[in-house]
This record gives sequence, structure tokens and C-alpha cells, in this order.
Amino acid sequence: MPDLLLELFSEEIPARMQAKAAEDLRRMVTDRLVAEGLVYEGAKAFATPRRLTLTVHGIPARQSDLKQERKGPRVGGAEAAIQGFLKATGLASLDEAKIQRDPKGDFYIALTEKPGKPTVDVLAEILPIIIRTFPWPKQMRWGAASAKSSALTWVRPLHSIVATFGIETEEPEVVQFDLSGVSVGQTTYGHRFLAPDAIQVRRFDDYVAKLQAAKVVLDPERRKEIILADARQLTFAQGYELVEDPALLDEVAGLVEWPVVLMGSFDKEFLSIPDEVIRATIRANQKCFVVRDPKTQKLTNKFVITANIEASDGGTAIIAGNERVIRARLSDAKFFYETDLKTRLESRLPKFEQIVFHEKLGTQAARIARIEKLAGEIAPLVGADVTKTKRAAQLAKTDLLTEVVGEFPELQGLMGKYYALAQGEDAAVAAASEDHYKPQGPTDRVPSDLVSVAVALADKLDTLVGFWAIDEKPTGSKDPFALRRAALGVIRLIIENNLRLKLKSVASSHASTMTGYDESKPADLLAFFADRLKGQLRDQGARHDLVDAVFALGGQDDLLMVVRRVEALGKFLDSDDGKNLLAGTKRANNILAIEEKKDKRKFDGAPDAALFKLDEEKALARAIAEVGPEASVAVAKEDFAGAMTAMAKLRPAVDAFFDKVKVNDDDAAVRENRLKLLNEIRAATRAVADFSKIQD
Amino acid sequence: MDSLPPHMRPERSFQGFILALQRFWAEQGCVILQPYDMEMGAGTFHPATTLRALGPKPWKAAYVQPSRRPKDGRYGENPNRLQHYYQFQVIMKPSPANLQDLYLQSLKAIGIDTALHDVRFVEDDWESPTLGAWGLGWECWCDGMEVSQFTYFQQVAGVECAPVAGELTYGLERLAMYVQGVDRVYDLNFNGRDGADKVTYGDVFLQAEQEYSRHNFEHADTAMLFEQFKMAEAACRKYLDAGWKSDKRDEHLMALPAYDQCIKASHVFNLLDARGVISVTERQSYIMRVRELAKACGEAWVHTEAGSAA
Repeated sequence: MPDLLLELFSEEIPARMQAKAAEDLRRMVTDRLVAEGLVYEGAKAFATPRRLTLTVHGIPARQSDLKQERKGPRVGGAEAAIQGFLKATGLASLDEAKIQRDPKGDFYIALTEKPGKPTVDVLAEILPIIIRTFPWPKQMRWGAASAKSSALTWVRPLHSIVATFGIETEEPEVVQFDLSGVSVGQTTYGHRFLAPDAIQVRRFDDYVAKLQAAKVVLDPERRKEIILADARQLTFAQGYELVEDPALLDEVAGLVEWPVVLMGSFDKEFLSIPDEVIRATIRANQKCFVVRDPKTQKLTNKFVITANIEASDGGTAIIAGNERVIRARLSDAKFFYETDLKTRLESRLPKFEQIVFHEKLGTQAARIARIEKLAGEIAPLVGADVTKTKRAAQLAKTDLLTEVVGEFPELQGLMGKYYALAQGEDAAVAAASEDHYKPQGPTDRVPSDLVSVAVALADKLDTLVGFWAIDEKPTGSKDPFALRRAALGVIRLIIENNLRLKLKSVASSHASTMTGYDESKPADLLAFFADRLKGQLRDQGARHDLVDAVFALGGQDDLLMVVRRVEALGKFLDSDDGKNLLAGTKRANNILAIEEKKDKRKFDGAPDAALFKLDEEKALARAIAEVGPEASVAVAKEDFAGAMTAMAKLRPAVDAFFDKVKVNDDDAAVRENRLKLLNEIRAATRAVADFSKIQD
Repeated sequence: MDSLPPHMRPERSFQGFILALQRFWAEQGCVILQPYDMEMGAGTFHPATTLRALGPKPWKAAYVQPSRRPKDGRYGENPNRLQHYYQFQVIMKPSPANLQDLYLQSLKAIGIDTALHDVRFVEDDWESPTLGAWGLGWECWCDGMEVSQFTYFQQVAGVECAPVAGELTYGLERLAMYVQGVDRVYDLNFNGRDGADKVTYGDVFLQAEQEYSRHNFEHADTAMLFEQFKMAEAACRKYLDAGWKSDKRDEHLMALPAYDQCIKASHVFNLLDARGVISVTERQSYIMRVRELAKACGEAWVHTEAGSAA
């Protein structure tokens, strides 16, 4: 079956847009083909800086014919309806229609056949539509045609199109369509500098080979492989190691059609700048990789360039040019770094009074003061040194005003650590500058040094309480202040460090530093934490419904205890005792719910022992009387496993009760007493969790 | 080019470098203009770009424009940063299909051989909030150094460009430093001569950089500048109002003088900004005020003879 080759040749497409554009092209063309009844065998799309290419193979040469049956008006129906029917179906007269009988009478039926079109004609219709409606993030007009508002738009000027369709053994057909005068045919061009001439292509196979010969590697994955392999080899040969950087590799592969990897160096004096600053400088400005010494893991004074040409001098001029630029950039970075070192971090604090954090939450200075106060309160609760914690909180944000962070915002925190160490701060205080931002996401490291932990908690809790106070909670997919991430950070900090913290009271006491955190807020914020915790457990494959069962008890704001209880509960419910007790409790709940509704009353209050008629009732009452306090004592000692063991003792009594006892006894007093006993089961199990929230 | 005397070669002299660019673009049919006689932050502000980019009439021009960036002054102590430097500006409307090729040829004309140097077009979308303008294009890199800006104007002064103009901006000092192989802008050979006859960029401009840095950061009279901003803004509005030929507002006779006041206001704002007397919130509002002037000038321009279809 025939194949389609489509190439859209343009001026340089931004690297960051290429991968998605290739995928969009594949999706749009194949979706339209399928919608036109043309099922294909396979499709693959590619991008280089100057072209988007799609190959679709195994497309039928034409659409199948489409038979249609259309029901018309009743025989002898109104003339207007008959005329409408003839017009809509294209029949010349009613003689061409069939008559069909159904229970409602005789009706005209038109049988029409829509012949399938040759695929090349279908392509000629759909390709211009796809090109005109292509979803570039930003597009533009160009040239003389742009005088008209109907002008074609593309990401950058579109110069020519290859569109061929045909089978392997024959000369393919050009898909003929008009697109604002852009040439459509079999002509493409090689590398901009190395082989700029026009190339005639027939189909995908010769296209790829001819491009390769014209110094264009079509497949971005292949370009990445070349760059990575050459860069590794080049550095290895000199006893170094490439610092790999997948995001940079993606970008660089989108900037070249013919990757040529070269290595340059810079003056060793720049190695006095922190590695991260060197890397950020070279990466952001020059799109070059940095290189390290495998023995020390420290950067060396080398960098790796990916050029787009095989230079006639073997790359000497390119290396020299890049070295000059990198020297200038590193001089700037060194100057920034050394300038920063001249100012002590704390003397930057007054400037924060001029910087607004959020119009309703005051200045950065106010925020830093709040964090310092809160961190000081949290420190003793988690066992951190209070003096160090407060100092760390005071300094943690100060690097935001340094030159290096101004230039490279991604180095915030890290620079603070370097500057803090340089001015002789305690190591724990310095580390908190970097670590108080952590964890940034579900895979980020959680700090374990308690000073960092205390500041990190204070930072995140201040954010959460603050935005809760001003009613800026996340809604749906909108979370502009990353509050979900902050809450998840708090959870991970607490759980992974085994910290005991009464979240609600810490938050409420902190809320005294701001207005708007009224009575409704603490429960709402806690529910937000509960949701995050559920999500966290779900992601770990744990049972998240148990979180609800524990939070439903109320007063649960010690997250570590919640998690411990959930774990013990999970284990218990995996056992036979647990499963049966859950079933029994649910049965009790169901019966109670029905009877409570029927009688329009609750059955709380202790059952009357005198009204017990059967041994099973008495046994259950005894078991509850025993288990309830035992479980509560265990819970009070935070021995959740013990509490569950106690609960297990309830199971035989509950099972026996449901086996032998009819709850709805004819004697109303007995019935009421038995319902109260059921209610006692529910009450007893609440010592560990609200079983009604547990899913089966 | 081989017939040029050594001191005129683009890789030997700054002035030879500029002349080579002018000659190249003259060959492409551009009118070679002289710098506009007002202080401005970028060559784009020149009416030959801002205003001529609007309207349907074809236009090709190239010129050097001194660019004043008061905040970038470094008292002559930074090897690359200047508060006054030169841009070379090319504008072609409509953008020719081979504009990228022309640009690459122009690099050849100033001594950059693309068989030897790695020239790249790296995404850079251009936007000027003060001019109400945006376009798509690239930074042009030569061996990892940004040497030019290449933009297809989509909108200028709030008016859609129809047709689109292509704009090239060369950072002259930076490019000349590259082809001359010097690391400090003040070491550029200005006149291409040697020994006692040699004049460097520093000989011409170092004192000016020092003096203007003092002026821009420390002494510029802010009370006067605030007043000047208001006056320029008011004058711009006044000339725009007076320029309409009739109440129908379909023909304008004074767009250029009005636009001069917009340029003036913009530069005065940059000076005030360098003096640090404009707060973050005020800053936005000043930018908006200049943009409103630019947009009103653009609206007037498209009703003038050069800016309209007629």
C-alpha cells in the first residue's frame, strides 16, 4: 500500500517547540486519515530546527465506496416533502426511489452510493487545513502575503513543502494543494551551511538517506545519541567525565541539524566560583555542557560545545569564540560572586521592607519575621537548637537579594548556603538556607538536620496559614502559590523525620500574627492536609480510605500518629479478625441506620444488663466492656498494634451475636436494648477508627 | 573588498566595519540613513523603523543609531557594558523571502566566514512594552555569542503590521570586538591606523562613559526630568490633536513631530529610572504612559501620506 511523505521546511523552529510539533503533526494527519476512513499501518514524525517531517505508511490508495440508505416521506406525502427528499438525495425523480413498507405505512427509500475518493485527493484537502490550523504556541505572518489578514501563519516563515504519495516501486505522486503560494512538491534542502542546495526526493527512505548525505540528521533521538556519545568520548579521552544534563541535551539537539561536538576550556582561576554557578552560567547562556573530574567530582575548567557545522579549520575558531564568550560570562559571574561576598547576609534584611510578598500578606520583611518566630516555636517541639533555628530562619531568604541569585534564580538557597558558610555561620544554619525550600516535589530529598527541618516547616506553614487567612486556597487545577506542594512538604518533613507536631495548634498560634484566620479555617486547613496525605498514601499504593476513617474521629492533627494508626489499622484489616470485625461493625451500622430512621431516634446510652436474654448478648456486652477501655489505653500509649489486638477480641462475640440473636425482637424494650448494644460496638471500635468510613 | 586599504578593512577598524555594513545594505536597495538626532534607547525607536514599519508601502532602510541606556553605565570600568553604544539597524518591508540569507551574507561582508564560524538562529521573541510592539524571531549567535537580533514585526505602536517588516539589529561594538579579537570595548581600533595614528574606542568614548555615568546615576536633575516628562507627554498629545486635518480624523499632518515627543518622554523616563527615583509600581505606569503616546502616534501615522495606502 502507498505511503505519505510530508515535510514542512521553514526558518528555525524554536528548540522547545519541536518535539510537540512533530507529535501534533502525526496526530492531526493520522486522525484526519482515520476520520476519512483511511486506516494506516504506521506513522512517525521528526523535527529538526528547520523541518517537521511525517511519514505515514500503508495507507489505502483510495477510500471505499460509501453506500447510504435514506428514508424519505410517506408515499403520497406532501409535495414539498417529496421535493426536499429528491433534492437532498440527488435523485432525479421518485422512479429512482424504492418503496419500503413498515408498520406505519409505505415510505420512499433512496439508495445512494458515494464513491470513495483517491487518497491523494483526500490528502490534498486535509493537509492545507491541518497546516492552517496547526497549534503552535505562537505564530506569525511574514512577507508580502502578510498584507492580507487571511495570510498563512506559521511558527516562522514556511518556505516549502514536500508532499508525496505512492508505493515503493513507482514514482510517487505529488499531493497538489495551494497554500498561499508556498511551493509543494518533491524539493527540499540540505544543511544551511554545509549543503544548502535543493534536493529532489521521492519517498521516506531516499529522503532520509539524501538528507544524511546533505548533512542533516533527521531524527532528534539520533542527534541526541551522537551528541551524548561524542561528548562522553571526548571528555573520557582526557580523563574527565561529562556532567550529563538531559534537558540541555534535548535543547541542544533542537538547535543543530548536524551535531559536531567540540571541547573548550576556561581559565582555572574561575574554578574558585562555586560549581553550580559555573554550570548555570555555561548552561543558560551558552548551552554548553560542563565537565568534571571523576576522582574529585568537582568541575574542571572544560566545557563541551555542540556546533552545527564541520568547520573548515576543524573547529579551532568556534572553540576560540566560545571560550571568549565563556570567559566574559564567567568574569561577570565571578564579579557577582565576589561582590556578594563583601556584604554580610543580615545586612541585606532592611531591603526586604521594600519588597512586597503579597499585597494582603505584607512585605518580605514581615514574612521573614513571621517565619523566624514560628521556626523558634517549632524548634523545641522537634528537638532543634532554638538559637540556631532562629538565626537560620533570619538568613534563609537573604540570598534572594544577591547578584548571583538575581542572575540565576534557580540557585536560590544554594548561594545562601555558600555565603553563610563564608561569613562563618554554623554549618546547620548555612545548610538551612538551601534545605528549607525542600522538599520541592514528591521525589525531592527531605532534609533531616533538625534546624533545616524546623525552618522548612515554618516556611511552609507560614505560607499555608497565610494564604488560608486571605482565602487564596487552590481551586481545581489552579494552585498559583504551590500550596499543595507546601502541604505535601510538611507531611513528608513530619513523617520521614518521625516528628510529633500538633499541626492545628501550631497553625492557630501562628495565625495570631495575621488577620483573617477565623474559626472556620483550622478545620479546613486540616482537611487539606488530610487530602494531601491520602494522595501521598495512594501514590505509595497504601490504603487511603483509612485516612478518612482516622480523621473522622476528630481532633487528629498529629500526622505521625495518624499515619501510624493507619498502618496498624491496615494490618489489622488484612487479618481475618479485622475483616470479620469490619463486616460485623458495618452490619451493626446498617441495622442501626435503618432502625434509627424508622424510629426517628438514636439508640445511644448504655444498654440495660437486666434486659439481656441470651448468652451471646451478655458475652458481647462483656467483650465491649473489656475491649473498649483496653483499646483506649493502648491508643493513649500510642500502641496502635496493641489497640488492634484488643479489637480482635471483639470479633468472636460480634460474630456469635449476629449468628444467634435477632435484633428486632417482638418485645420493644428488648429490641431497644439490643440496638443500644449495637451502638456500643460502633462506639467501641471508634477507639481506633471510624469503621463506617472504611471501604470494603 | 580586497581593494580596500588595510585601515578600512572591517576586521581592522570600527569605522571600516560600519562602512562595510552600510555598503552591503545599500547594495540590497536600502536607503542608508544617518542617526536620528534624538536620544533613544534602541534603533527601533527611530521613526524610520517604528513609523515606517506601519502601513502598506514598501520600505527598505539601514542606519547606525546611537543607543542610550542610562542604567547600563559602568563608569567605563566594565569591558562590555556601555550607557551609549551603537546599533546598526536594517528594516525591510515587506520582509523578503531571503532575509536570513541576506543577513548571513552581511556577516560575510564584515569578515565572518560561515564555513569557519558556527552561526545559529536561537529563539528570541521580541517585545517592547513602551512601543506597544512585538515580533517573533531569533538572537543570532556566532560561536556562542549573541551578535544580532532578527525580528519579524507583527505589531508596532499597537498597530498590526500589514505587511510584516523584517528587522535586523547588530550590536556593533560587540561584533567589532569579535572580528578584531579584542576583549575590552575600549581597545577597539576605531580608525584602523597603527602607532601614533591609531585612535581607539576608548580615546573617543571612555571619558564620555565616565561623565555620563556620573550624570545618569548621581546628578541628572530629577525635578527637571519629571517636568520634562510631563511636558513631552502634553506636547505629544497637543501635536497629535492639532495634526488632524479635519474632524473626520482621516488624515493626519503632524505625526512625526508628535512622535519626537514620545521618543523624548521615553528617554527621560529611562534617565529617571537610572536615578532610582521611580518605584516599582510607578515604573509600570510610566511605561504605560509612553506606550499610550506611541500608540496614538502609530494611529496618526497610518493616516499620513507615508503611512497610508493612498
